[in-house]
Amino acid sequence: MTLEITTARPESALLDLPWSTPLEEWPESYLAALPRGISRHVVRFVKLGPRVLAVKEIKDDIADREYAMLRNLRRLDVPSVEPFGVVHGRTTADGEPLDACLITRHLQFSLPYRALYSQNLRPDTAVRLMDALALLLVRLHLEGFWWGDVSLSNTLFRRDAGSFAAYLVDAETGELHARLSDGQREHDLDIAQVNIAGELMDLDAGGFLEEAADPFEVAASIIERYHTLWDALTGTERFEVGDRWRVDERIRRLNELGFDVDELSITTDIGGTEIVITPKVVDAGHHSRRLLRLTGLDVGENQARRLLNDLDAYAAATDRQGEDEEIVAHDWLSRCYEPVVRAVPRDLKTRLEPAEIFHEVLEHRWYMSEKAGHDTPIEDALQDYLATVLPAKPEEKAVLGVDTEEMPVISRFD
Amino acid sequence: MATVTFDNATRQYPGNPVPSVDKLNIDIADGEFLVLVGPSGCGKSTSLRMLAGLEEVNGGRILIGDRDVTNLSPKDRDVAMVFQNYALYPHMSVADNMGFALKIAGVDKSEIRKRVEEAAKILDLTPYLDRKPKALSGGQRQRVAMGRAIVRSPQVFLMDEPLSNLDAKLRVQTRTQIASLQRRLGVTTVYVTHDQVEAMTMGDRVAVLKDGILQQCDSPRRMYDHPANVFVAGFIGSPAMNLMNVPVTDGGVDLHGHTVPISREDLGGVGKDVTLGVRPEDLELSSDQSGIPVTVDVVEELGADAYIYGSTEQKLLEATGENAGAVPFIARVDGRRPPEKGEKIYLKPKTGHVHVFNSESGLRVGD
Repeated sequence: MTLEITTARPESALLDLPWSTPLEEWPESYLAALPRGISRHVVRFVKLGPRVLAVKEIKDDIADREYAMLRNLRRLDVPSVEPFGVVHGRTTADGEPLDACLITRHLQFSLPYRALYSQNLRPDTAVRLMDALALLLVRLHLEGFWWGDVSLSNTLFRRDAGSFAAYLVDAETGELHARLSDGQREHDLDIAQVNIAGELMDLDAGGFLEEAADPFEVAASIIERYHTLWDALTGTERFEVGDRWRVDERIRRLNELGFDVDELSITTDIGGTEIVITPKVVDAGHHSRRLLRLTGLDVGENQARRLLNDLDAYAAATDRQGEDEEIVAHDWLSRCYEPVVRAVPRDLKTRLEPAEIFHEVLEHRWYMSEKAGHDTPIEDALQDYLATVLPAKPEEKAVLGVDTEEMPVISRFD
Repeated sequence: MATVTFDNATRQYPGNPVPSVDKLNIDIADGEFLVLVGPSGCGKSTSLRMLAGLEEVNGGRILIGDRDVTNLSPKDRDVAMVFQNYALYPHMSVADNMGFALKIAGVDKSEIRKRVEEAAKILDLTPYLDRKPKALSGGQRQRVAMGRAIVRSPQVFLMDEPLSNLDAKLRVQTRTQIASLQRRLGVTTVYVTHDQVEAMTMGDRVAVLKDGILQQCDSPRRMYDHPANVFVAGFIGSPAMNLMNVPVTDGGVDLHGHTVPISREDLGGVGKDVTLGVRPEDLELSSDQSGIPVTVDVVEELGADAYIYGSTEQKLLEATGENAGAVPFIARVDGRRPPEKGEKIYLKPKTGHVHVFNSESGLRVGD
């Protein structure tokens, strides 16, 4: 059989990988790190030029399906890993056929939940992870995607200005529908609850769970968080015709949650005394889109919110609130944001994303100011942060896994 | 444990002109293993999801036992989807891996332990309950995953192509394991597959669907011997049944000078032609050059038997499902004296082993 590679980015170096060897036996020289964690399949991280790729060995049809699904999710603009390609037609030197390989790009600065739990954590980490996962699930469901295997293991987390942003990693069980029924959404939540409880219990049994948080309470909390968000985004509101300000108020609330309203249905009853509004199409990324438009910076939603706040503060401090927003933003970028990012020494750049560093410097300035009892200039905060805080942080640009064992259930029969 | 009833259950997606599942009626007995099978898009998965509460039911009802569950949420139906996810947690004991989800459902500790022990006995895992999954073999790990579904002791197990991501060898082993486990547990089970061999080997009864409509629901034997219509005839069985349109004559149908006798009353309501179906194993070589003339293209020798794949002037109907597009004439012959490639042979159906279908409606004629 002939090797057949499907990829959106033709890269000849792909051909140099040892496709005729079962993935489990790939020599270490090809590997970026040995991945660990709970996986049904053999997964390896390989270095390919400047990139780190995740390679997963699975059945041919499932590889194709997942590749197409991940491409669809990217098109729908849902946070997910980027599919890189599929390799078919693998055979060993003896001509034994091997399963296909699905290749995805490693998401830079992303963290598996197990890596997060192996660090010293802020006490509310579990809560912030649940918030991020609930938001991801709501976004997937809004697009009609039924996940089928919602879990912490199938998600990667990126720091997002003190909170986390969640990315879908595994779409193997997923299905894309025009619209999901309530039953399908409930089923995903049910799966999420069981998986998260299991994953946290496992951390606990392994001695990784320092928090006093009860795995079952944490797991159950995703359901409540999900419903709150879902209702805020899709719920129908009725009010008297006189209270028309409530239309604007609803849109403002959705913006606050990070969503833009693309389509809002407004109807009145027959008598015309009551107005009924239902958001029909909502789009995540309200703040990050605005920041991107103003500055060209592509960052997480909460990071964008933070940066926009700083931009507003800058406009106020320089008394330029009436001016063209884009011009002020350009000045803020070159005078406030870029100097901070540029000041980070090269060897510390792989610790955190630039926007996250900027956020942390702002936080640090706040703490310093509070301690000193007066305003601290950003330059001082920056110097202190670079000297005392950042060097103590772990490298997070390419965290590929932590030390737990791999446990494929589907393996050879005895 | 419970019966399951699909009562005119219908699912139509908004914007679709025809229902994806159209007035489905099946009564599943307590403890029965029912397999839904059909080509992709036939509505088998949709039917299963309607039962699971994942698809809205637009018409008709679904009952579990005497309880109408049509509008209940998945959680309130007491059904379990099996093998959707089978992660095992490395730091937890086998017993905890099997039982932890019950804690979410509010089951108390002693009851959990009891159910886990019962399931472990059935799964031959008792000696391993307090070990970590790492100490188990692949097959044992998979049984732990099954245990997670069993301890929930639902009224109905639902399985949607659970073997689709296994390789061929493992699929056959797991198939047997699931079937025997189901029989030991005696829990009503509805199983979806596109693979008719899987359906025929696992199910107490098999329901064949096509375009959202139930074609036939019968035991595998009955389905094989008495397909209700041309579709089922071509879908069930491998290699596929030979199907051809032949003219009706006095007292039967004419097969190139060989008359296949069919009773007058059976041929009463049909037109000038009928569709005749003969399974490859129900043909024999004719010595007097009557019957269907076939030129042998391929001989597939299997030891005791051999399959002949040949061409004939007789126009053949395409088979369906995984046999789709198969239009060579197929016959099973004695493996010790098979005809040679290129040889012209004459084949006659064995008496009493033909299937006759109305060529207009496709429905079976006679018994």
